[in-house]
Amino acid sequence: MKSLLDELKSGRTLVSDGAWGTFLHKLGLQPGECPELWNVTHRAEVFSIAKSYIDAGADMILTNSFGGSPYKLEHFGLKDRAIELNKAAAEISRDAAGDDHFVLGSIGPTGALLIMGQISEQELHDGFSIQAEALRQGGVNAICVETMSAIDEASIAVKAAKESTGLDVVCTFTFEKTILGEYKTMMGVSPTEMVKAVKEAGASIIGSNCGNGFEQMIEIVREMRSIDPTTPILIHANAGKPNYVEGKTVFPDTPVKMAAVTPELIRAGANIIGGCCGTTPEHIKAIVNAIRVG
Amino acid sequence: MNDGLINQIGICIERGKVNKASPYPGDMVGEDGSDELTRKALSDGIGPDLILQACNSGMQRIGERFSRNEVFVPELLMAAKSMNAVMAHLKPYFQTGTVKAKGKFVIGTVAGDLHDIGKNLVSMVVEGNGWEVIDLGVDVKMSKFVDAVKANPGCIVGLSALLTTTMTNMSKTVQEIKAQFPDTVVIVGGAPLTSITAERMKADGYAPDPQGAVAFLNKVSMSWKNEIIA
Repeated sequence: MKSLLDELKSGRTLVSDGAWGTFLHKLGLQPGECPELWNVTHRAEVFSIAKSYIDAGADMILTNSFGGSPYKLEHFGLKDRAIELNKAAAEISRDAAGDDHFVLGSIGPTGALLIMGQISEQELHDGFSIQAEALRQGGVNAICVETMSAIDEASIAVKAAKESTGLDVVCTFTFEKTILGEYKTMMGVSPTEMVKAVKEAGASIIGSNCGNGFEQMIEIVREMRSIDPTTPILIHANAGKPNYVEGKTVFPDTPVKMAAVTPELIRAGANIIGGCCGTTPEHIKAIVNAIRVG
Repeated sequence: MNDGLINQIGICIERGKVNKASPYPGDMVGEDGSDELTRKALSDGIGPDLILQACNSGMQRIGERFSRNEVFVPELLMAAKSMNAVMAHLKPYFQTGTVKAKGKFVIGTVAGDLHDIGKNLVSMVVEGNGWEVIDLGVDVKMSKFVDAVKANPGCIVGLSALLTTTMTNMSKTVQEIKAQFPDTVVIVGGAPLTSITAERMKADGYAPDPQGAVAFLNKVSMSWKNEIIA
């Protein structure tokens, strides 16, 4: 099997997976439960999510390890099981993906802020290294540092992942549209600033995830492409800002809508397209069809 | 002279200048921060209420700039840090009753949600505006909110959530508080929320950002005052 970067060089647009978090809750994960613990206690459910995206036609899937940094696991008293839980996450996705699909090891932010002294750079680096290495042992092809908003934490995560595993690293940030019409993370980082920083840290694929739906991603990709014409871009958009209807959370972007936006996203310069919160295997199937038809 | 000193404290809050040693912001390196200036103001005999007023307006300015998306989380956090430095000096005056808080605000992230950044921002900005804040932390069970309302009669309650999956718990918490304390005012906020969602949860208010929470709290306390006068 070619490497992910070689596969992208062929010019083909690849499809990634959809939501994990909202999917886990649908399968019974309770608010306040540790999602990563399910890699051990509810392996079959986690596997079913991974497999459903492979069956939907995705070229790659992520892992159930978004909150698997030792710092995050500490909230649940599971810090000491970081290696076990991350390795299990990778093994489950690898089982579902087989040898002919890519697996990206998911690493999310810690939620601790360097500028407030809540965590040190060394602690961050050590934690991300442990997580990335465990994901590599479990069989991932690359690491995906995602949903970042601060340059400092993202750069440390990318460097730690790269140094500890030697694998390719994807890095995606979450942007919101400001009232001035620009895109910024909650920490005030623009796509332009982000691209420079994470490439310097060693990321070989850049991108954006979560946010407020597919349409805004087009503008974000355009901004990234305007300063970087070549680095592959991965987009994991959520299914829009959720509505709360009769006690249930409902996401507005349907598979049909996502499929309709896909060609424009590719024209803007995206190379890998998948979903985030609220997207399902149906969304991924629709994106696959849109790409094949287009 | 005093006016200059008081104004400078307000500027230190707005710019997030904590103390002389702080490297932030870059253009104020080596200058006194809110820590040194407050100590000086108090020893010059400036009333703590005047210092607090200057801080409140500094916090107000940075809060408004945050609402206008001119500054982001780091700037707001540094302003709050600078405010904390002032509060450390003013604490004795609160204890003796020389200066009084506008009211009590109980805040927490609802059960099942471990996110604290948004909650902390609101907590700090509200405190910086002159309210006493009782921060219950993250993953706060309904019973803990109820106990806090019991222990702090007349408080306003703020509920935070980041996860789309914990909005259900938020709604339940609003209902539980209202069931036991029908007069308690509850405001909600967090990334997945909108004013429509807040209305459906039967919350009294929704704030899209920390300054919005301050505006809501001040409006509620004003309406209380007016009722008393009437």
